Amino acid sequence: MTDQAYNFAYLDEATKRMIRRALLKGLAIPGYQVPFASREMPMPYGWGTGGVQVTAACLTPEDTLKVIDQGADDTTNAVSIRKFFERTAQVQTSETTAEATVIQTRHRIPEVALTEGQILVYQVPIPEPLRFLEPRESETRRMHALEEYGLMHVKLYEDIARHGAIATSYAYPVKVEGRYVMDPSPIPKFDNPKLGGNAAIQLFGAGREQRIYALPPYTDVVSLDFEDHPFDPSKADHACDLCGSEVSYLDEVITDDKGSRIFVCSDTSYCTTRQDEGHTGRLSPEGEAA
Amino acid sequence: MYVATKGGERAIDAAHQWLADERRGDRSVPELSVAQIREQMALAVNRVMAEGSLYDPDLAALAIKQARGDLIEAVFLIRAYRTTLPRFGASVPVETDRMDIIRRISATFKDAPGGQILGPTFDYTHRLLDFKLMADGEAPEALRKEADAVVAPHILQLLDQDGLMEPLTDGDETPPDLTREPLEMPADRPLRLQALARGDEGFVLSMAYSTQRGYGRTHAFVGELRIGTCAVEMEIPELGFAVEIGEIELTECETVNQFTGSKSEPPQFTRGYGLVMGQSERKSISMSLVDRALRWEELGEDNVGAPAQDAEFVLYHCDNIQATGFLEHIKLPHYVDFQSELELIRKLRREAADAQVKEAAE
Repeated sequence: MTDQAYNFAYLDEATKRMIRRALLKGLAIPGYQVPFASREMPMPYGWGTGGVQVTAACLTPEDTLKVIDQGADDTTNAVSIRKFFERTAQVQTSETTAEATVIQTRHRIPEVALTEGQILVYQVPIPEPLRFLEPRESETRRMHALEEYGLMHVKLYEDIARHGAIATSYAYPVKVEGRYVMDPSPIPKFDNPKLGGNAAIQLFGAGREQRIYALPPYTDVVSLDFEDHPFDPSKADHACDLCGSEVSYLDEVITDDKGSRIFVCSDTSYCTTRQDEGHTGRLSPEGEAA
Repeated sequence: MYVATKGGERAIDAAHQWLADERRGDRSVPELSVAQIREQMALAVNRVMAEGSLYDPDLAALAIKQARGDLIEAVFLIRAYRTTLPRFGASVPVETDRMDIIRRISATFKDAPGGQILGPTFDYTHRLLDFKLMADGEAPEALRKEADAVVAPHILQLLDQDGLMEPLTDGDETPPDLTREPLEMPADRPLRLQALARGDEGFVLSMAYSTQRGYGRTHAFVGELRIGTCAVEMEIPELGFAVEIGEIELTECETVNQFTGSKSEPPQFTRGYGLVMGQSERKSISMSLVDRALRWEELGEDNVGAPAQDAEFVLYHCDNIQATGFLEHIKLPHYVDFQSELELIRKLRREAADAQVKEAAE
């Protein structure tokens, strides 16, 4: 079967319409998980099928698509998803955050602030923030309906009682517009402050779990915390060794078997742009030692 | 100078070339044709059709070839293909009592109208490796005779006439379609049966087995197991009547379950039902046991907390394509999450160490 045998962006128009309806409902009720009839995609569940379906439903031929995984454009799965849309939708792709109109991401929000008109699509493994407290879907849906979030606060409190801090470092739960508790997908909690008041549309797709949810632009999003234990969006206490940024989220890379390690931006587009602009870090060729 | 690993695209292309080469194996050995797989690996083909929810022996055989014999991978190929197919309608329900039978047995009655037909079965074979097959021994052709015209009504229906069997009720409602609507709980019986019919054979088997060993026991007997081909008919609006558009092979199992009555139901025999595409006895028997276990609520039985009674547990975990995807995704990069975990553990350790120092000082 040739690629021409598939519709634009792979999914047929009826399926896209079904997904768009779920997206609109999600945007109308920010943070609410909308069930949708997720399709089998030609990549496995758990590898971004939800995000791919949402992206397919949003793409138009004029769009420019960027795909990142762990912040990077060249991780294998990001490459594979980008190729999929190059093949089935022939859209333009870009690695530059500002150039993209649709950005599909796994586990990160780009460092550069997004703008109006951009869509950020998240791949979501487990959309239910209460899942690990209550395994039953029928029960968690009831809890959301009744705004019964005591269990989540008890969990966070127990963390503090036991460890002195909230022991959740990614997929850190948030409350949306004072109503729904939402899982922001497994982004590091460092990225949580970028969820709220964001100019872009944020869409979340969970393929295997058949759920879509959304944050319209400039939505109020608050990371759960306590007055005496305020939310702390921590990151590694270093600067990027390649571009010198002190405000970006860093990956730790082990460079030999003697415990040497370096820290580099997880957002590769951000890092290379800074390097091109002349910013230097500890390991830059002509850079001064930090 | 450190340079972040690049070249994911080249690595992927090379990996796929290698895979294609490995799939072919030693080129001095003749290549398998799709027709050979279809004819000689028929039960694997059947499993791929059943769990892939697509009745097409040629495509299932192709998927097995492409997947190097990994049946779950083959099911995945079929499912991904199936979602791209347009739907032009639904068939009328197949009449399994008018099936052209190749096998039909009952464990509850020694004989029944239509008789018992053993058919092509592994039952009663001695599981001894047949080394003749290794030495290219051609199988002798079986004796053939003209098939009798058999009228074989469903056996459980005969019990029904005495009022001993839980009655079946006809309904006009269109059953929900698992592949077009999200699975939502509570799931009614048609939806449960749909999920089980495409569920992983191993999972459904183990669930059924657990009920036999006491986790939600339902005392099942195979009332009837039948395999054969059924005509598939479709109403054509322009014609105003149904026409046959093809035939498919099906395996159907109905179990009889002892039932001593509950608050809402009198003592009677109850049913479990399994229907699977292709020849798939193990799966259809398993399916009917799990179906029966999941019916505890409508029959007013107690929930003893057995896994097989828990519809959410069974239905959300029986699909091997969902399961394998999510399981295997943990090999994808998780640098970012792991990094944040590293920060957290370091912070907690630092605080614990500080607290100890402070305690010692005091």
